[in-house]
Amino acid sequence: MEDMLNIALPKGRLGEKVYGMFESAGFPCPSVLESSRKLIFENPAAGVRYFWVKPSDVAIYVERGAADVGVAGKDILAEYEPDVYELLDLGLGRCRMAVAAKKGFRDDRLRTLRVATKFANTAKRYYASRGRDIDIIHLNGSIEIAPILGLSDVIVDIVETGTTLRENDLEVYEEIFPISARLIANKAGFMFKGDRISALFDGLSSQLTGII
Amino acid sequence: MNSVYATQNSGESMISRLSALYELSGYSRYRMSKFEEYELYARNRDFLISDNIITFTDTDGKLMALKPDVTLSIVKNGRDEPGKVQKVYYNENVYRVFKGTRDFREITQVGVECIGDTDSYCLFEVLSLAAESLRTVSSGGILSISHLGILSGVMDACGIPENERPGVLRCVGEKNSHELARICRDCGADGDGLRAMLSLVSVTGSGASIPDEIKALSDGGVLGESVYQLEALLGALKRAGFADMIRVDFSVVNDIGYYNGVVFKGYVPGIPAGILSGGQYDRLMVKMNRSSRAVGFAVYLDELMYLGADSVAYDADVVLLYGCDCDPAAVRKKAEELSADGSRVLALRQLPEGLRYGKLVKMDGGT
Repeated sequence: MEDMLNIALPKGRLGEKVYGMFESAGFPCPSVLESSRKLIFENPAAGVRYFWVKPSDVAIYVERGAADVGVAGKDILAEYEPDVYELLDLGLGRCRMAVAAKKGFRDDRLRTLRVATKFANTAKRYYASRGRDIDIIHLNGSIEIAPILGLSDVIVDIVETGTTLRENDLEVYEEIFPISARLIANKAGFMFKGDRISALFDGLSSQLTGII
Repeated sequence: MNSVYATQNSGESMISRLSALYELSGYSRYRMSKFEEYELYARNRDFLISDNIITFTDTDGKLMALKPDVTLSIVKNGRDEPGKVQKVYYNENVYRVFKGTRDFREITQVGVECIGDTDSYCLFEVLSLAAESLRTVSSGGILSISHLGILSGVMDACGIPENERPGVLRCVGEKNSHELARICRDCGADGDGLRAMLSLVSVTGSGASIPDEIKALSDGGVLGESVYQLEALLGALKRAGFADMIRVDFSVVNDIGYYNGVVFKGYVPGIPAGILSGGQYDRLMVKMNRSSRAVGFAVYLDELMYLGADSVAYDADVVLLYGCDCDPAAVRKKAEELSADGSRVLALRQLPEGLRYGKLVKMDGGT
């Protein structure tokens, strides 16, 4: 069983799409898509074991070696900077990390900028690179209402279509970086299962023509 | 199975086996104080694995620190003497905050430093000791070797400007070819230069040899010299019987501000992180006003707790349950007999609830 390739997939629609790519790459485990409450699935014939985990936890499973490889969003990788290999941009789940504010917002540099976000490290790094003094307000959800209620001047958050922003009278003020799903690997796992991870990399890369 | 021997990978036993390995190679033990002046670490913060440091003010009003690192102290306290090489090993406790946590931990670190008028033999000897250290910890270990001169040379050949180099090194460290290609193209790199750059992050790997794309680019400058030095080192390591455990892996990118030349990292099966890290750190020597050269490595023993975790499934291998009227000397003698094969024997008069043991031996009065 130790030779099994352990793969952490993010629960949800993105994870199901990603599984399809892994299956096409030669790492099938059909029971993964059966509807049940199981979270771990094995296909000993293909030498593969899949786990469904919370998307924000995939990087932790991989960094700590519980999974050899996994798929995590660039937003999570940028925020937590796990010590993992980032092998491939899968081109799925595209969105962007952005600064958003109320329509017509003007950044008054004489004042400390109040920034509400779930991504405190990302926000700190971004504003530090611009020499801007900020006050981070760490929130866990409904970030969009912070500027409306006067809790913050701006928010730093993931923007997909922009619909939620528009419906709350907000707009993208600055874009920070594009986001998509990335194939990541544990560094020690790569040393000992390098051939299988390379085969997975090749199988996935060959499906990306026209996506990236 | 005998449990005492099965769990030898952890704790003092491992330290003594590694210490013996270094002493047999002529390295002498270096002892030091638990404290250093905080300024030493403040000036070299980037050299440290964690920049959180436990500080306190001593009776003279000086700001002191509990050591987060050993190498800096050894370098600070040494002297440059032309023609001489100082070979030392250490076994010290250091105090660090681990990534992702806010708590300090005391960990035992064992390591080797070779400082002074070092030559190619010194470099080979230190890498051999690193490989032997991995073998001491576990079979099947891998020593990943890189050369920062090659990384710098390829970046020079691609015309990567200074401000983009941290981003390039980060991508190489992550084997992140998609972002590396974007940065290089933005810097105008193409053709052989771009191919050489991307070979640094090859996922397929080149085993224990330098990729042809890099050799094709090398000239008489830094890149050519670095390729020559690494090839010679790899050849010597293969001839010395380490061929099965060495890999050329440019994702080993120690801080280029302190390290130069050969850098390396060691892994063993069953541990999800590198347990050994080292390299040539001549740039640190220059920063600390030393004219000598230096190479060394550290073994992070805290990571070894992952090894053999299944072998300690019991609180004791054998419980010797003695009766009230048993002769204490007879109980002791019986316990010694049972532990002769290395089993951990716990002698008790009553069996506590929840105790996990492999075998129960009962002893009545007089037997």
